[in-house]
Amino acid sequence: MLEINNLHVKLEEEDKVILRGVDLKIGPGEVHAIMGPNGSGKSTLSYVLSGRDGYEVTEGSATLDGQELLEMEPEERAAAGLFLAFQYPVEIPGVGNMTFLRTAVNAQRKARGEDELSAGDFLKIVREKAKTLKIDAEMLKRPVNVGFSGGEKKRNEILQMAMLEPRMCILDETDSGLDVDAMKLVADGVNALRSAGRSFLVITHYQRLLDHIKPDVVHIMAAGRIIKTGGPELALEVESNGYADILNEVG
Amino acid sequence: MALPKAKEDALAARLAALTLPAGKGWLAALRSEALARLTAMGLPARRDEYWRYTDPTSLNVPEAPVAVRFEPGDEAEPFDGMDRLKIVFVDGVFDAAASDDLTLSGVTIERLSQTGGKDIHWAQGLYGQLETRGQTPVARPLAALNSAFATDGVLIHVTGRAAKPVSLIYVHQSDTSDAILHHCVKLEAGASLTLLENGPAAARFSNVLEVDIAEGAQFHHIRLQGRDHQRRAVTHLFARLGARSEMRSFTLTANGRLTRNEAVVELTGDEGRAHLAGATVGDGDFHHDDTVFVTHAAVACESRQVFKKVLMNGAVGVFQGKILVKPGAQKTDGYQISQSLLLDEDSQFLAKPELEIYADDVKCSHGSTSGAIDETALFYLQSRGIPRRRAQALLVLAFLAEAIQEIADEDIAEDIRGRLERWLARHGSNG
Ligand SMILES: Nc1ncnc2c1ncn2[C@@H]1O[C@H](COP(=O)(O)OP(=O)(O)OP(=O)(O)O)[C@@H](O)[C@H]1O
Ligand SMILES: [Mg+2]
Repeated sequence: MLEINNLHVKLEEEDKVILRGVDLKIGPGEVHAIMGPNGSGKSTLSYVLSGRDGYEVTEGSATLDGQELLEMEPEERAAAGLFLAFQYPVEIPGVGNMTFLRTAVNAQRKARGEDELSAGDFLKIVREKAKTLKIDAEMLKRPVNVGFSGGEKKRNEILQMAMLEPRMCILDETDSGLDVDAMKLVADGVNALRSAGRSFLVITHYQRLLDHIKPDVVHIMAAGRIIKTGGPELALEVESNGYADILNEVG
Repeated sequence: MALPKAKEDALAARLAALTLPAGKGWLAALRSEALARLTAMGLPARRDEYWRYTDPTSLNVPEAPVAVRFEPGDEAEPFDGMDRLKIVFVDGVFDAAASDDLTLSGVTIERLSQTGGKDIHWAQGLYGQLETRGQTPVARPLAALNSAFATDGVLIHVTGRAAKPVSLIYVHQSDTSDAILHHCVKLEAGASLTLLENGPAAARFSNVLEVDIAEGAQFHHIRLQGRDHQRRAVTHLFARLGARSEMRSFTLTANGRLTRNEAVVELTGDEGRAHLAGATVGDGDFHHDDTVFVTHAAVACESRQVFKKVLMNGAVGVFQGKILVKPGAQKTDGYQISQSLLLDEDSQFLAKPELEIYADDVKCSHGSTSGAIDETALFYLQSRGIPRRRAQALLVLAFLAEAIQEIADEDIAEDIRGRLERWLARHGSNG
């Protein structure tokens, strides 16, 4: 599904190198987790994959189902099936959440040559999915993320994901800022989407989320590289011992 | 006081190309008074403080600079499906065939050119009168010129609730037309009217609208200045509001080489409410100037000025806005915001917001900002699959929303949003 080879990234405006050769391969239906110290480049990886400005790829490639991602516009990547749940969802005053969701869903359908959803059908689907995430009608009417609590913003990310039905989902610290119940809601939302044709890359600092969303593979990222890959037990190891041992081990 | 030589010459050249419309009645006297005002003031010049940001030359020159008529394609005319009374002017000339019969319940409508000869007329107390009041503290010579030389216009006397909106339609046909229209609207106590204006009118258009709003009356005004790229326009809205009266005026300007929209509003009765709003989108060779002067001369009045401009590819926006709170105008609630969204670095916004307050128990705020599109928000929208142009349009509409919200009629607001969306789909910044 997603294949990243030797990805090197620096900031466009500065000579600061952030990713130093990332290799990652995620098969269809798999769930991978990335953990790693603050500032190791996890969010940067997710931004570069989704096409944010400000970064320069100096080496390497990233493909989604064989299509070269790095040359596409952000909206083309989305239409190709990539989705990023932001670590810090963006507030957009003046743009209604509903308008936003509908515009996004229909833009993607159009890009794939499908018919737009009718207003009625759209409403029905949104209401249903919002309900399972405990997002009320009032939140749907408000401007995108404006005045939402931290947890509400994260749930809104999952709602977008559920509406857009992407095939490759990247979740960047979707668990941070969530209370225990909300974490369960979000995890259920993600698990409901798990299928043979859909893969996940879950960035997190805490093992807790991985109790709910069981990963197949866990990676540790440090200083712009994936330095260790293992099974779910790797997350438990980080949880109890921190990163020091792993960092020492790889030197 | 004698005018400087340059001003004298400019005025002489302009006057040589104009003729005072013939006539003897009430109007003739008012015209010559207006001409006297103009002669004393001279035409505006770039050096005048009030014209610092806008070059008036093309508004002053004797002949209107050429402006090719724009073919709007398949976009429906504004207010198309609405039940309204249509009054059409083509290059400033009344078009009887295209206009409706000028009868409307609650309202009498006459044409300026047909009533000027009478001995007495209600408009005698209004024509050029609010314009004259508006000449202090800042001179507005082009308004005086209009009062002197306007060839036609409508005089609307509203005694009750107007059964439907009056819709002035300004068609531009000739590439060199130079139209001067002057309208007066008088709303008696408790009366209400919606006035719609749309179209570019001419290659060069001078328009004055004087509105006297008596106690408890309501005046709603919505104006769309057409889509012509080369036209030039100078407009003046003079309004006087009585106690508990309300006025709302909204203007949409898309395109146009030069636009100077002046609004001069005086709140003279307690608890009056005046809202002025403008949404402007300009691409390239575009200069748009909103110059607003709101005077609070009574207690507990509310005024709002909401002006938003979206500028790209070198377009220029200007806002000069003032709130004057006179002594004794306690409990004034004055709000003014002027903002521009610059879609590239070539575009420019020049703003001069001013407050002058001579009462102590007032609430006045003003703000002026100039900013670029929020790239983070743009990326967020794109990352959800929304193409860049469309994402930009969503953000631009969000930026304009506060101005559009000032339109009371939701159907019109929705129509205007649609027009803006289509405009934004056709235009994009090269920067
Ligand atoms: N636009 C930028 N300008 C300056 N520095 C940046 C920029 N983007 C990323 N960085 C730097 O790159 C490094 C990696 O940042 P990134 O956000 O990818 O880390 P992270 O692994 O997601 O951290 P966290 O766990 O705290 O979310 C950090 O040192 C960060 O300060
Ligand atoms: Mg991060």
